[in-house]
Amino acid sequence: MAVQTVIEAVRDAIREEMERDESVFILGEDVGLRGGVFLATQGLADRFGDERVIDTPLAESSIAGVAIGAAMAGMRPIAEVQFADFIWPTMNQIVGEAARARYGTYGNVYVPMVVRSPYGGHVRGGLFHSQSVEAYFAHTPGLKVAVPATPYDAKGMLKAAVRDDDPVIFLEHKRTYRSVRGEVPEGDYVVPIGQADVKREGKHATVVTYGLTLHYALQAAESLSEMGAEVEVVDLRSVRPIDADAILTSVRKTGRLLVLHEDNQTGGIGAEVSAIVSERGFGYLDAPIIRCAGPDVPSMPFAPTLEAAFMPTPDKITAALRKLLNY
Amino acid sequence: MFLPALSFGSVVALSPQHRILHPSSFLLLRCYNLRAMVQASPAPQRIEPLSGDDLLDIYTTMSLVRALDQRVWMLNRQGKAAIVASCQGHEAAQLGSVWALRRHTDAFFSFTYYRDMGVCIAQGLTPREIMLGFLAKAGEPISHARQFPLHGASVERGFMNLSNVVGTHVPHAVGWALAAKMRAEPTVVAAYFGDGATSQGDVHESMNFAAVHKLPVVFICENNRYAISVPQHKQMAIERISDRAAGYGMPGATVDGTDVSASHDAVAEAAIRARDGNGPTLVELEVERYLPHTSDDDDSTYRPREEVEAGARRDPLAKLRELLFQHGLLTEVQDTAIQATAQREVDDATDDGEEAPYPDPGDVLDGVYAD
Repeated sequence: MAVQTVIEAVRDAIREEMERDESVFILGEDVGLRGGVFLATQGLADRFGDERVIDTPLAESSIAGVAIGAAMAGMRPIAEVQFADFIWPTMNQIVGEAARARYGTYGNVYVPMVVRSPYGGHVRGGLFHSQSVEAYFAHTPGLKVAVPATPYDAKGMLKAAVRDDDPVIFLEHKRTYRSVRGEVPEGDYVVPIGQADVKREGKHATVVTYGLTLHYALQAAESLSEMGAEVEVVDLRSVRPIDADAILTSVRKTGRLLVLHEDNQTGGIGAEVSAIVSERGFGYLDAPIIRCAGPDVPSMPFAPTLEAAFMPTPDKITAALRKLLNY
Repeated sequence: MFLPALSFGSVVALSPQHRILHPSSFLLLRCYNLRAMVQASPAPQRIEPLSGDDLLDIYTTMSLVRALDQRVWMLNRQGKAAIVASCQGHEAAQLGSVWALRRHTDAFFSFTYYRDMGVCIAQGLTPREIMLGFLAKAGEPISHARQFPLHGASVERGFMNLSNVVGTHVPHAVGWALAAKMRAEPTVVAAYFGDGATSQGDVHESMNFAAVHKLPVVFICENNRYAISVPQHKQMAIERISDRAAGYGMPGATVDGTDVSASHDAVAEAAIRARDGNGPTLVELEVERYLPHTSDDDDSTYRPREEVEAGARRDPLAKLRELLFQHGLLTEVQDTAIQATAQREVDDATDDGEEAPYPDPGDVLDGVYAD
């Protein structure tokens, strides 16, 4: 097994899928010779030509809309939205159109499209290059929303997304791109969308999270382990569909739940996780559920002090877990 | 530039019935649904004007469209059809364009909008199926009665009207054309929309994208000069929507959309351009909307009656009937028979629609995802 970064795993997944299936193509801003601003598509224009690696005009709605039309015609487009903060012009196309295509035509057409976008902060991205957008899409039936956090999951889930017959919003945390390394097997494999993964076993409390905060939760769990508390860390990997069984299995074991995400707290994924456990796992709980999330301000500020104040850091997660364990 | 031309000299033996691609062609088409493109006879190199027989065929279809349109409006007033957006005044544009695409392309696919009942009928949706849609009954084939009438998709008939949101389908048409180009398919894509849609960013982005990539798209604007109540001069500062084409680097044309031959010829020229790899065209067809926007609208609050009455005098059906009579292509006896046949079809469709059950409530959860 080779050790790769997340961005390398993403790039390999795209390249391998394009080699496997001629109907797979890329479109987006700067995805061609530039290889994307994060270099996710580096070298692909040389490899596959500009007919399959399409530099689009700077117009996100048509990136999504053209991808939808091509997907309905049987292609498998991978559309890139350069930053998730720029995804709002596509909402009409993705939420209004792509998500309803299968339902609204009773399956006469459907949209096997992937929309990739780097999201999240703690990268000094300021208000317009840091945002988490998963909850907006996770609210929408008809879409699938993937939020992998490791190179292994990113590659396997991106392959699953390309092969999926429904639209997948594929969100890659931009801080993980080069800071997270991990083993990635040679050859083809897929990680199914909708399956969570226990990234650390424990018995005293459960953290349910995804994305960059998975890695922060693992740091917090490590520090608590030194003090004798074993925290289980569940990586959702997908936020639609959400793996309720995995959440309930862990909470049943530990009796305590911290839901953790960088996205704003109100109406976030944590609220849905809490509702699932309240409805189906209330009897397992030995303590009230705690949410640790980004505060309800519009997006992550630029100044390092403000950014750190927004971000659920390992220290904040550790403090939240102490509170949970001491209840 | 686009003079309406009538050619009665030679009657071209073209069937107005569209055919599905021969099964052997499937080998060339890897995709599940492009195989189902509507196909026509071998496309001519230049515009093939409508023959007398074509005009009579169109008149017959238009009579059916009109009878059905009037019936669903009546059913709305009876409380049986929840919503109707009439196509009256648009029929020549709609039928002339479909005939043009059928006669000048090897395959085509249409992205329609809510007022395009004429296009839907011309592409094979039956009055019965349409009635099931207006009455929201089980068996409606294009959306399973989940959507407003005429919304949904029928890939085998070669059209789609996915959305009620104005202009959102235009990038889909461009994407469909991109797919066709990438696969070296012969498909020409028609994107139908009204004047209101041309204010949408999606329409701008789509025209730009299609022009950059020289995609085989015919943008067909049915300009009735009203976006519900907002007249054209409040929508845009230009007289001709087709003037915008130059800004995208594609040709544009404006013709009388109440004239079948004018509509046909303008779309035919655009279809040939698209088919031959020379990129998109914006065709503006000037039509009339002499009924309110929909059955829920009251246009008396915003349109002078004289204007509506003047619009009704451009009635495409009456104009075509007069033309056919003038050229001796239609007799009173024939016309009576055509109208009677149309009424009978609409009566049968109404009976079938009223007798059909509503969808099973248990179907509400079906078909959100593939699995």
